[in-house]
Amino acid sequence: MATIEEYGAFDTAWCPGCGDHSIIRALKAALAGLGLSPPQVLVVTGIGQAAKSPQYMNCNMFTGLHGRSLPPAQGAKLANPGLAVFAESGDGCSYGEGGNHFLAALRRNLDLTYLVHDNQIYGLTKGQASPTTGQGHKTKAQPNGYLSESFNPMAVAVAMRASFVARGFSGDVEHLTGLIQEAYRHKGFSLVDILQPCVSFNKVNTYAWYKERCYKLGPEHDPTDPVAAMARATEFGDKIPLGVIYRNERPTFESRLPSLSAGPLALRKVDKTVLGEIMDSFRA
Amino acid sequence: MADASINIVVAGEAGQGLVTIGQLMTRALIRSGYEVVVTQDYMSRIRGGHNLFIIRTGPEPIHGPREGVDILVALDALSVQLHRDELTERGVVVADEAIDTTGLKALKVPFKSFSAKSMYWNTAALGVLGSAICHDIGVLESLLTEAFEKKGAEVLATNLGVLRAAYAWVKDQPFLFECLAPPNPEATGRLMLHGNEAIALGALAAGVDFCSFYPMTPGTTVALTLADQGQRAGVVVEQAEDEIAAANMAIGAAYAGARAIVPTAGGGFALMVEAVSLAGMLETPVVFVLAQRPGPATGLPTRTMQGDLNLALYAGHGEFPRAIFAPGTVEECFSLTYRAFDMAEKYQTPCFVLTDQYQSDSYRSVAPFDLDELPEIAKAPTQAGPDYKRYALTPDGVSPRVIPGFSQALVKVDSDEHDEAGHITESPAVRMAMCAKRQSKGLALLQETIPPELYGERDTDLLLVCWGSTLGAALEAAHILRHSGKSAAVLHFCQVWPLLEDQFLPILEAAGRVVAVEGNESGQMARLIRQETGFDIQDLILRFDGWPFTVDYILKGLDGLL
Repeated sequence: MATIEEYGAFDTAWCPGCGDHSIIRALKAALAGLGLSPPQVLVVTGIGQAAKSPQYMNCNMFTGLHGRSLPPAQGAKLANPGLAVFAESGDGCSYGEGGNHFLAALRRNLDLTYLVHDNQIYGLTKGQASPTTGQGHKTKAQPNGYLSESFNPMAVAVAMRASFVARGFSGDVEHLTGLIQEAYRHKGFSLVDILQPCVSFNKVNTYAWYKERCYKLGPEHDPTDPVAAMARATEFGDKIPLGVIYRNERPTFESRLPSLSAGPLALRKVDKTVLGEIMDSFRA
Repeated sequence: MADASINIVVAGEAGQGLVTIGQLMTRALIRSGYEVVVTQDYMSRIRGGHNLFIIRTGPEPIHGPREGVDILVALDALSVQLHRDELTERGVVVADEAIDTTGLKALKVPFKSFSAKSMYWNTAALGVLGSAICHDIGVLESLLTEAFEKKGAEVLATNLGVLRAAYAWVKDQPFLFECLAPPNPEATGRLMLHGNEAIALGALAAGVDFCSFYPMTPGTTVALTLADQGQRAGVVVEQAEDEIAAANMAIGAAYAGARAIVPTAGGGFALMVEAVSLAGMLETPVVFVLAQRPGPATGLPTRTMQGDLNLALYAGHGEFPRAIFAPGTVEECFSLTYRAFDMAEKYQTPCFVLTDQYQSDSYRSVAPFDLDELPEIAKAPTQAGPDYKRYALTPDGVSPRVIPGFSQALVKVDSDEHDEAGHITESPAVRMAMCAKRQSKGLALLQETIPPELYGERDTDLLLVCWGSTLGAALEAAHILRHSGKSAAVLHFCQVWPLLEDQFLPILEAAGRVVAVEGNESGQMARLIRQETGFDIQDLILRFDGWPFTVDYILKGLDGLL
């Protein structure tokens, strides 16, 4: 059995009050609850404050480049489908710099869990607009207010019939813990967009702002119905739904790839007989 | 050129089937024991335009392409117009009877009389071409049988009928072309391989498990060969959403225990540059294949050049060790790809295979590789204890690499500067230790540099310095000069980084005159040699019009210098 303690406790570089503290608490609790021990878990991140998460917990860690959490996460999952792979990063890294990877990963549907810390702002670079920043939101880089339409990751994921689409809130650790566990248990690509305040750089979408708007989806919501899911996915204003917005049972990418049936690539050896046959197929 | 080879050019529009004719003829020649060097010239379009499939063949070893057309198989009138002036004294045109060949020696083929259906004209062209050089019809028949068996008895019978009729038709024509000299009876069982297929085979021999790529000419066929052939060996091939994803995916796969390759071309590689730096920082082995084509930007997308040496050399911000291999033959495409994996694994750093469009697409007759001779490149272990540190400091800078997920070890890798455990740090002392660690790997890698090969005598009057695919043309140029009583040699770099000056500076200093022969605008290798050794190669023969070096081009260039 795994315990939260096995995942360790570390000093962090995060601001006091940052949602990241709650999210890492939820993640550790989720992993322990799932019975996963640290060596089974790989957390792959890009760059940003959220991307520092695996620095502060015992687990396998791949901290790569800004915007690029998903490609190495998918590469690692393909190399070893037995790893419990989590990709984790912020909204700028995941939906901005990594936008193309996000779309491709939704379509590819590898069995991994994508945790996006969504505070609707760039934190590490001190307060510029992110793809999810609200229209009109003024920052030092957007003195006229953010002019672009906000990116809606839930609606995009539902529109693409992603395998598992959910939204959590750092202000409700218990609910978030359950959501991460459900996402992990789901076979296929699971997106959990996690709303969180940025206490230093987002003075609009504060803890209170979210607290006032977020509500939990009840049993009346059918997450297998794409029309109902789209209605919830586009709800982001006076009310913001939390929970599983959409899911389906698409086959995973790994399950359809014959090369993976032989086990992890790390254990694969060169079969000289097969190699010889391949070479012979080039004989004139 | 006084040699026993002939130069066959199959020319026409894209989509007319010239590659089919060229490939079948090439396969027949190799199967019969002939040597070949194929040059494929194609425009960046699927239909129309003007494409070439050039086969230089003969019984003796052939190193590179040459100019002059001995047999022009012209599939359209434009091909006759464009290439008539390149016909040699013995040159013959093979073309439909309706095409104007006034003033030329021509086999004016009544294609319609062999079949009313144009789908059979390629077979007719093959029959005429094979007959014109007196190639054994039996080999052509077996090739057609292999190609058309699956399409049913009727299709096969028609093809064979057309082949035989076309072959016989030539024998009724006035004698126009001398027969090809008999093949080398010992050159049997050969492989028909182009450079990129050899790279894929070399990767398979090295134990490649994973290939992520984004299609880009001329690198794509490495991935296609792995997708086609590697699956039964258990190789995972994934077409990524873009080059950035391809490179990062490979690094993730390598981290988790796969041996990974990323094939691409200049523009695609430019997008991968940040990931190259990541592989250097994470100390994760990945092999990048950079098949060069002329830039800048989209440049000449389907043509050849050696313009990306500097790109490979300096790709990636920050400083980290790397090795860059530049095969000069299709055989070296195999052996150096294997070597690149070996070095990448041993020193846990990105390594590169630098080839180019000419070599990527150039079919050759290759003796089968001795696979038993290749030692298995050991994989990183999967077992370690809970106190494992990914970046443990060691005397040679190489930390034991362990694959995560199989033991109690936690494997932490970080693109930030990190401590021994892989955690982010800004400590100047740790930073210095990690820089020293990466530098020591570079020093060890340097000691493994493959020395450039000297073809010819050390105290030569003329030394041609080249790298990569330019080897063949340079060798032939030196050979011809020696036959005319001159003293000439070739120094070929099959590894262009790192450079160990003791291996070659004395050779440069001993030569009377040193001329660099390179497929780029500025003499990138010559400049690199000067940077590393102070030796200034002032004479350059450069080519960057999109065509590969030929012996004729080099000899002409030398005339201009002298």
